[in-house]
Amino acid sequence: MVARTRYAPDRGLTVRMGLTMFLLGLVFVAFVAAIIGISAAVHASDGAIVFFAVVLGGGLAIGSFFYSDKIALSTAGAHEVSPQQAPELHGIVDRICALADMPKPRIAISPTDLPNAFATGRNSEHAVLCVTRGLMRRLTPEELEGVIAHEMSHVAHKDVMVMTVASFLAIIAGLLIRFSFYGELFGGGGRRGGNNNNQGALPILLIIMAVSIVVYAISFLLIRLLSRYRELAADRSGALLTGQPSALASALQKVSGSIARIPTKDLREAQPLNAFFFAPALSAQQAQSKLGQLFSTHPSLEKRLAQLAKISQQLGQR
Amino acid sequence: MGFLDTLLGRTKPVQPNLDVLFQLPSAAVTLEAATGFTPTGTGSVCFRPVEGRAFADVEKDVRELLDMSGAKSGTLPVEVSKDSYGFTWLVSSHMSTEIEDLVTDLHAVNSALVDNGFGPQLLCTLVAFRDEQQRRLALVYLFKRGTFYPFAPLPGEHRDSGLELQIKGVLEGDLKMEQDLSRWFPVWGAPGL
Repeated sequence: MVARTRYAPDRGLTVRMGLTMFLLGLVFVAFVAAIIGISAAVHASDGAIVFFAVVLGGGLAIGSFFYSDKIALSTAGAHEVSPQQAPELHGIVDRICALADMPKPRIAISPTDLPNAFATGRNSEHAVLCVTRGLMRRLTPEELEGVIAHEMSHVAHKDVMVMTVASFLAIIAGLLIRFSFYGELFGGGGRRGGNNNNQGALPILLIIMAVSIVVYAISFLLIRLLSRYRELAADRSGALLTGQPSALASALQKVSGSIARIPTKDLREAQPLNAFFFAPALSAQQAQSKLGQLFSTHPSLEKRLAQLAKISQQLGQR
Repeated sequence: MGFLDTLLGRTKPVQPNLDVLFQLPSAAVTLEAATGFTPTGTGSVCFRPVEGRAFADVEKDVRELLDMSGAKSGTLPVEVSKDSYGFTWLVSSHMSTEIEDLVTDLHAVNSALVDNGFGPQLLCTLVAFRDEQQRRLALVYLFKRGTFYPFAPLPGEHRDSGLELQIKGVLEGDLKMEQDLSRWFPVWGAPGL
């Protein structure tokens, strides 16, 4: 007997996310092909900066991947708490993990009053879930549970790994822009003995720079798009896990509302962590403009609420 | 969960495993022989309610079903309570010798939820035990793992970890015990315990 399921997958979201990742891969391949082509044309003498960029970029990506939990915790000024220190929080996480059959993450609390939460760590065994005091103060237990289920879905989807791999391309392109720029400035005269070689150096570096800028811009937009889709996916899985999409919706509303009211000084401090946050710390106007949407790591509140309303309706069908 | 599901962010709700519950009566015999703990006849099912009409209807049906079976055998009606985490507990009470009837009741609740498509909402099932010194013990069944673990609360939100580990050793041959101790989460104030 196959039990019927009420948890219908969202094919549209899956297709859009798959397409975004495919495009990112495509840009990556094109970028590699262009760099190889350029290097071959100049007998690999400028291949050195590409090599440096790949090594340095790879190092940065791997480093931030392995230490993502420590970096994020120290940026947020958070510290781990034991079940004795925060019994309710641990109780909520215990139950969500048992429902989802996941290992329990470490739990940290950040003393800031900005209402937010994030989950990070390279895999579910090394995951850390962090909530702020402001979040715990503002939300009811059920709303808090919704937020935690959203963050645990990020852990289950291995979003730290996916986003690290996705950002790798942008990191390398960004480094190449910088390297070729400095190469232009300082590398112009007498770097390599032969005169005719030197004449070729300037345009080659320019081409590398131009290609890198284009790749950087495209991959930046694609990464942000991917990030927004992953947020929607986490909202969806979180809501299905607790069976309470409306609690998550009301948490979202409360959190976005109070973030918009908080002075900008706190927001600037929180900016580097935005990609991992439950809701980004941005001003309301920035989040609403069409262009702001394109660069945003999170979907608009309306989009998230609309999706949750749809899930609520599906769950209630008899 | 498959690689592709992870990549595309599609977690599937985990379906519970129900049939293992019927191993409880024979495990209770082993437990009594080794430690003196006997079933109190009380057991409960804990699940996360889903918002909306569909789940409310299923919940009502389940309660009626249990009340009917209770009226037939002359036991107490089912108690329903909500804990501070928003989870619902259905408590079924029988005589201490009727552990098989208790397990049948618990199984009826579980399969009613699964049949209606709400299997992923099941959190745990709990069967209460007590020994001659009135020490409390619960065997908690984790639906998603298909494993059991002991929970022995002491006054003031402390756990008798020594006793819990002893019970785990005793029941290893009868039940599939949860080996990952970090999954033995406490169920403080669980109804029916």
